[in-house]
Amino acid sequence: MVLSLVAVCAPLGNACLSKGMTSLPALSVTHPLALIMAVFTPWVALGIVLLIGFFASYLTALSWADLSYVMLATAWGNVVVELLSRFALHEAVSSERWLGVLLIAAGVGYVTPGASRTITPTAAAGKSEVPQ
Amino acid sequence: MNLVLFHSSFWAATAMIAAVVLSSTAGEVFTAAAMKSIGDLDAIRARSGLKGAILAVLTSPLFFTGVFFMAVAFFALLFTLNHMNLGLAGPATASLTVVANALAAMLFLKENVDRRRWIAAALICVGVYFLAH
Repeated sequence: MVLSLVAVCAPLGNACLSKGMTSLPALSVTHPLALIMAVFTPWVALGIVLLIGFFASYLTALSWADLSYVMLATAWGNVVVELLSRFALHEAVSSERWLGVLLIAAGVGYVTPGASRTITPTAAAGKSEVPQ
Repeated sequence: MNLVLFHSSFWAATAMIAAVVLSSTAGEVFTAAAMKSIGDLDAIRARSGLKGAILAVLTSPLFFTGVFFMAVAFFALLFTLNHMNLGLAGPATASLTVVANALAAMLFLKENVDRRRWIAAALICVGVYFLAH
């Protein structure tokens, strides 16, 4: 459930940010205030809400799994976006994109049965690292 | 600075993508280090409630260092998306971040990035590349 939220919220949030930012006129590094004001436009704001949901579930996942495991196991969010594009939005999906979907699914399917956390000598000895 | 040249330059695009990838990786490594030092959030929530779990996160200096770099990555991404298509910037940053994170997790967090994870990282990188085309 937690890994699913991480996987889905991040790509949807980035898509909202993209839609919001590409609809704005070109920004310049010499006008940083314009970049900050972009945060308050509707699509960018929705993207930020989704990314907050991503961040909360991401922190929870990182508290019991390795970073290198969480990053790989949540990559299937890209597949979800692609499937939504094809079956919900009825967009055309090329054979190359289907190949990408298959490769990501294979990668995620291969890594998820493995250990989610590196066992350190401290953890193996049963000592808690949680502050009391 | 000539903005037209800056916008069309290959090196500018490379610099923008590198800025997103490096700052994002730094943010994720610091955040992961913070969460590793705090421990299982579910266990803390069971013992001290949601308030205790939030407090455990918000009193970690490593967490705020991670958030700082994530904020840098966020604004770098906004800037990049304003100058490049998502079709190029998204897959480039996503696939390179996967590899950079695996490398950083192995070097700085001493995670056991075994053959299984490297093979999965390679499959996912290539998969993301194909999704962009």
